[in-house]
Amino acid sequence: MTEQEASTMMTPEEVSTVVGDYKAGWHDPENSTIRFDNGLSEQVVRDISALKDEPEWMTEFRVKAYRHYEKRPMPTWGNMSLLEQIDFDNICYFLRSGEGTETNWDDVPEDIRNTFQKLGIPEAEQKWLSGVTAQYESEAVYHSIREDLVKQGVIFLDMDSGLREYPELVKKWFCSVIPYSDNKFSALNTAVWSGGSFIYVPKGVHVEMPVQAYFRINAKNMGQFERTLIIADEGSSIHYVEGCTAPTYSSDSLHSAVVELIALPGAYIRYSTVQNWSANVYNLVTKRGIAHENATIEWVDGNLGSKLTMKYPSVILKGEGAHAEVISVAYSGKGQHQDTGAKIHHLASNTTSKILSKSISKDGGRGSYRGLVTVSAKAENCKVNVVCDALILDEESRSDTYPTMEVANSTARCEHEASVSKVSDEQLFYLMSRGHAENEALAMIVNGFFEPFTRELPMEYAVELNHLMALEMEGSIG
Amino acid sequence: MSVDPPVLEIRDLHAGIDDTPILNGIDLKIESGEIHALMGRNGSGKTTAANIIMGHPEFEVSQGSVELNGKDILEMKPWERARAGVFLSFQYPQAVPGLQVGNFLRKSVAAINGEDAAKGPEFRRTLKSAMAELDMPRSFLGRYVNDGFSGGEKKRFEILQLMLIKPKLAILDETDSGLDIDGIKTVAKGINSAVRGSDSAALIITHYSRILEHVKPDRVHVLIKGRIVKSGGPELALELEERGYDWLIPSGEDSESETVAATKD
Repeated sequence: MTEQEASTMMTPEEVSTVVGDYKAGWHDPENSTIRFDNGLSEQVVRDISALKDEPEWMTEFRVKAYRHYEKRPMPTWGNMSLLEQIDFDNICYFLRSGEGTETNWDDVPEDIRNTFQKLGIPEAEQKWLSGVTAQYESEAVYHSIREDLVKQGVIFLDMDSGLREYPELVKKWFCSVIPYSDNKFSALNTAVWSGGSFIYVPKGVHVEMPVQAYFRINAKNMGQFERTLIIADEGSSIHYVEGCTAPTYSSDSLHSAVVELIALPGAYIRYSTVQNWSANVYNLVTKRGIAHENATIEWVDGNLGSKLTMKYPSVILKGEGAHAEVISVAYSGKGQHQDTGAKIHHLASNTTSKILSKSISKDGGRGSYRGLVTVSAKAENCKVNVVCDALILDEESRSDTYPTMEVANSTARCEHEASVSKVSDEQLFYLMSRGHAENEALAMIVNGFFEPFTRELPMEYAVELNHLMALEMEGSIG
Repeated sequence: MSVDPPVLEIRDLHAGIDDTPILNGIDLKIESGEIHALMGRNGSGKTTAANIIMGHPEFEVSQGSVELNGKDILEMKPWERARAGVFLSFQYPQAVPGLQVGNFLRKSVAAINGEDAAKGPEFRRTLKSAMAELDMPRSFLGRYVNDGFSGGEKKRFEILQLMLIKPKLAILDETDSGLDIDGIKTVAKGINSAVRGSDSAALIITHYSRILEHVKPDRVHVLIKGRIVKSGGPELALELEERGYDWLIPSGEDSESETVAATKD
């Protein structure tokens, strides 16, 4: 399918909802093999589990989580008016598109294969990835990992296969970092989870090239609830990258993932995200990791799309000498609210953390930074560094900062800086006087603002991100 | 015999901001290969004149024309003027955090002189020799544009851009301010090598004559209250150094009454 053909498949109504230059907004015809009726009940939860032929304990776990979800009220913070608009009865909680998870792109149904080709996944896989999972709606349709990593004992599977093949490992770690009762959406995810990644890196193994998961929602009113669990054993390292897009529809979809990371002593996990959902997707995600002695967990989190994102990647620094970093950017355009931030808990001595948050709001968009850092009474000599910068591009847009620090040990060294700036006419004039048209000048300022983030991304992603930002800046002024 | 039009020709230029006049009828002609100086106290309208030639959107031209090589540029956007050959070395260059100097230089040369001009060994050679001439270390290329630069670094960076872009008309706004004597010499060397012996021209805006000892102007113009009240040879700069500006204020006008323009300069 060509780009042109794809675009002709949108109804005029859908086309009118396209915000800016969102390039991933096409959709394929829905060729589902199984689609549950919209709406959620305990029966739906049991049906999902039965369909996947899961062990009894998982079914019961799901049901318990569902019951908690049922009685748990909605959050009373964040963007409550947008949260209240979610029509949970009009969401499809399970949709299977393929015949299973293929290991060869040629076996993936053509429509779906074309979609991932347009998104550049097979190409990236060949060039610079150690492994790929491609999830379409509820389940993975493609999966691969390099042979040499398999030989070293690295496990990289979609979560459903992980549960089937390594039930003991999954049982040990599942919900060990994020209890289902953590919040309403972690309960929802635990009840209806499907897909996501399961990774185990054995002691001392370094996965040199990143592994990537790509999440694509295609159907209307879809709910995607992937579940990811990464365990890096002692002294090992891995870089996991996730990307996500969806078609642009006039009605809403829901993406509510749970990601748990476990970095055992001396291990290193970096988790990078470039979230580029279309502007009709609610993105309500719980991400948390535990870092043991001298382990490092880094969240590199880019949020460009969605209607409302609420996401605060967290790290529990449990072992002495552990280190956490959360580097995030958020772009909020018309009708968007990115409510993002970070949480770090220093439970052990000599632990260090760094938070760098950058947000841009434009065309009435709203960016919020919500951060929490705690240092427990027993944790000596901890170091905390928090920097949040906001750039506001016009008068209609908004930025708020809600930083919280709770420090119960006086030996902690905490630094916090926050800035809010606007693009000045003088800055634009300076760049324009060097031959750059107004939108190019604005893109240069915006990309510069994001640079501390983009330089942390693999080059291919950094280029893509700069490209996306340049598109967002097109036709935006004057 | 056809005669080339001057690089810059300004005729009866009136301009201001929000109905407040700042320039009240300026005429100025600069031929190729020439360097002119525009002198005057703070608030006389010098920076406004520079901004208007470059196309700052804040100012409104109510009358007159500005021609570059015989072509009126007043309808052009700032970037179109830059591509046509106008360059402004800013009095207060703006910082762009996150934008690397090397990257910015390449993009700017490409935008103004075309993609080909910004790549290949020749560009790298020009860049290297210009940086050597301005006493700039290679590590400079990895810094962010004007971010945390000292006053002197900012001015040298402006001249580096001038040397790479090689414009037809270079306007240097207070490039000497905040520089010590070595800095002035270095910057002057850069200006001379960019303009002398080429078909370019330069307009040096300053209120001291110091830089003019190192970049000999062909003509010196004195701007007071948005009008050029006197023009002369390089000796006029020295006279201003000795006598100040008061003697040039048209009779009957209060020497302290330049406050309107002063708020904008």
